[in-house]
Amino acid sequence: MLKIENLQARIEEKEILKGINLDIKPGEVHAIMGPNGSGKSTLASVLAGREDYEVTGGSVDFLGKDLLELSPEDRAKEGLFLAFQYPVEIPGVSTTNFMKTALNEKRKYQGLDPLDAAQFLKLMKEKMKLVQIDQALLSRSLNEGFSGGEKKRNEIFQMAMLEPKLAILDETDSGLDIDALRIVANGVNQLRSKDNSFLVVTHYQRLLEYIVPDFVHVLYKGRIVKSGTKELALELEEKGYDFIKEEVDQAIA
Amino acid sequence: MDVSNKLKSAYNELEGKSTNLSAFQHENWKTFSGMGIPALKHEEWKYVPVKKMFKEEMQFSVEQTSLDNSFIQSSLLPGTEDFNYIVFFNGRFQETLSVVKEKDALIIKSLETAAGDGDAEFVENNLGHSHAYHPDGVNALNGAFAAGGVFIKIKKGSLIAAPLMIYHFVDSSNGLQFAQPRILVNVEANAEVTIVETYINKGDGESLTNEVVEICTERDSVTRYIKLQNEGKLSNHAGTTHVRQLERSNTHAVTITLDGGVVRNNLNMVMEDEHAESHMYGLYLLKGNTLADNHTIVDNRMPHCESNELYKGIMDDQSIGVFNGKIFVRKDAQKTNAYQYNKNILIGEQASANTKPQLEIFADDVKCSHGCTIGKLDEDALFYLRARGISEKKAKALLLHAFASDILVQIENEVIKHHVETIISQRLSFEA
Repeated sequence: MLKIENLQARIEEKEILKGINLDIKPGEVHAIMGPNGSGKSTLASVLAGREDYEVTGGSVDFLGKDLLELSPEDRAKEGLFLAFQYPVEIPGVSTTNFMKTALNEKRKYQGLDPLDAAQFLKLMKEKMKLVQIDQALLSRSLNEGFSGGEKKRNEIFQMAMLEPKLAILDETDSGLDIDALRIVANGVNQLRSKDNSFLVVTHYQRLLEYIVPDFVHVLYKGRIVKSGTKELALELEEKGYDFIKEEVDQAIA
Repeated sequence: MDVSNKLKSAYNELEGKSTNLSAFQHENWKTFSGMGIPALKHEEWKYVPVKKMFKEEMQFSVEQTSLDNSFIQSSLLPGTEDFNYIVFFNGRFQETLSVVKEKDALIIKSLETAAGDGDAEFVENNLGHSHAYHPDGVNALNGAFAAGGVFIKIKKGSLIAAPLMIYHFVDSSNGLQFAQPRILVNVEANAEVTIVETYINKGDGESLTNEVVEICTERDSVTRYIKLQNEGKLSNHAGTTHVRQLERSNTHAVTITLDGGVVRNNLNMVMEDEHAESHMYGLYLLKGNTLADNHTIVDNRMPHCESNELYKGIMDDQSIGVFNGKIFVRKDAQKTNAYQYNKNILIGEQASANTKPQLEIFADDVKCSHGCTIGKLDEDALFYLRARGISEKKAKALLLHAFASDILVQIENEVIKHHVETIISQRLSFEA
C-alpha cells in the first residue's frame, strides 16, 4: 500500500525527517508515536503534500505510484486521506457543499458519474451516524465555531465519506475527552477492512486502546528508532519516552 | 479646446434651457469655476487620478442621439423586465423611455418639473445638500447641469414591491462621452423602496460618469439602495450618494464594483434624527487596471443611531482597491452603535489595497468598532481543500466565492442577487 524509503524532509533550513522507512500493507494499522518535536506531524504533512516542507531525499510509493510527484489533490483522489490535527475553519463554505464538491471530484477522477443531490444526501446520512454528527452542524460553515471534538468528528465523517485506501490520523486524539475519543475511535474501527490501511499518529497510548494497531513505531529526532507491536505502546505509556531517548542518544554518542 | 472651455461652452449652451433650476445651476457653475477638478494631492482624492478622467477629447452631448427602445429592452437585467425602470442617456433623464407602473405610489418626473410644482419646496431644501455637506468641485460640476436630472418620490406609507431600476446608458461610439446624471429621491414617511442603479456603456469608446444622488429618507421609511457597476475598463465613474436620514429611518446600501476604469464611489449617511439605522455593504472584485475607491461617511448627529458597515475587496492583476471609512459621532449622539469592517484579499502579484478607517468620536457613551485586513488567500484553508481532492483552481474559487458571499447575501431581492451571483461565479470560475 505505502512504502516509504529513507524519506528526508526539511522546513526552511531545518532538517526534520532524517531517513524514514516504513512499509504499510493493505489492512494494517500502524501507529507512529513519539515525543513532541520528533517529526510525527511533519511526516503526516509531507505524505499529504503540504508544500511548506521540502523533500530532500528518499521515496514514497503509494499503490504503485510515486506519491511525491502527485499534487495534494491527486494524492487525495488516489485514496490518501489526512485527518488534520488542526482542522481549518473556512467561513462561508458549508461542510455539506464542501464534501459534495470533494466527493464528486474524486468520482470524476475515477471515471464515475457525480452523485445527484438525493444520492449524496443518502450517503451523508449513513456516514453521519458513524460519528454521531448532527446535520445542522454540517450545514454550517466548515469548522467555524465548532468545538474541538466536533472538528475531529467532522474529520472522521469526511474520511467516511471519501472512503480512502490509506487514512493518516494526525493526533486526532489530542484535546478529546473520553466520550469524543470513543466516538472517533468507533468511527475508525467501523471503517477498518482488509483492503484499507491506517497510519495513526499520536503522542499518547490511550487512543490505541480503542484503535488497536498491528504495529507501533517510535519516531525520535526524525527517525524511526524502535518498532514493535501494540505492547510497545504500553511500555511507552509506562516508562515514558525518556528510556527511548536515552537509548538513542547513547547510541549516537 | 481644452476641458474647461468645453465644459464652459456646454454649460453656456444649457444655461438658457432651464428656468426652475437656473439659479441652482449658476451657483454650482460658479463654485466649480472656483474649485475646479481636485488634484491628486488633494487628501480626499489621493488615489484617484481625477485629472486623467477629465480628458480633452471629452464629448458633452446634451441632446439625445441614439437610444432606441429595443436596445433598452435587451439591456434590462434578466428577470427584471416587469420592474419599474428609469432611463438616463448620456447623463440626462429620458422620461419617455422610462416605465413606471405604480403611478399612485411612485412619482417620477424631471427635476426641472419638480422644482416648479408642488415638490418645489422639497427640491429647494434638499437639492445640493451633498455639496453643502461636503463642498467639492466634481460635485459642483454635476450641479451645474442638474436640470437634466430626475426627481423620485415614494409616497407616504407606500410599499414599492419590485425594485425601481435606474439604467444609465452612455453612448461612447463617437468618442469619450461625459455624462452627469442627477437624482433626487424623497422616500416619504413609512414608505419602503429598493432602488437599483446600473451603468451601461453602449459604444466601444471611453466614458466618464459624474453622478450625484441625493436621498432624503423620512421617518420610519425603509430604503434599500444597490449600486451595481460592471461597465468595462473604458468607463470611469465618480459618484456620490448622499442620504439624509430622518427619525427611525432605515437605509441599507450595497455597492458592487466588478469592472470599470477608475471608479470612485462616495456614500454618505447623515443621521439627522434619533433611532436612524444604516447598513452599508460593498464588494469590489477587480481585475486588470481597474481602480475602485469607496469613500463612506456615517455621520451620527443624534442619539440612539446605529450603523453597520462591511466592505470586501478581491484584487487580481494590477488592480487597486481603496477604502476610506469615516464615522463621526457628534457630541449629542450618545448611545450610538457604529461598526465598520473592511477586508481585502490580493490575488494578483501586482494588485494593491489601501484602507483607512477614520473615527471621530465626540460623545462619551457610544459603542464603536472598526477593523481592516489586507492579505492573501489563506494557505491553510487552500491546503485543507486540496487535501480533500479539490483542485487548486477550484479551491481558490470556492474560498473567494465564500469571501464574497458575505456581501451577496445582503442583496435582498432574489432576481438581482442571482444576477450578481452569476457574474461573480463566472469571474471566479466557480460552479456551485
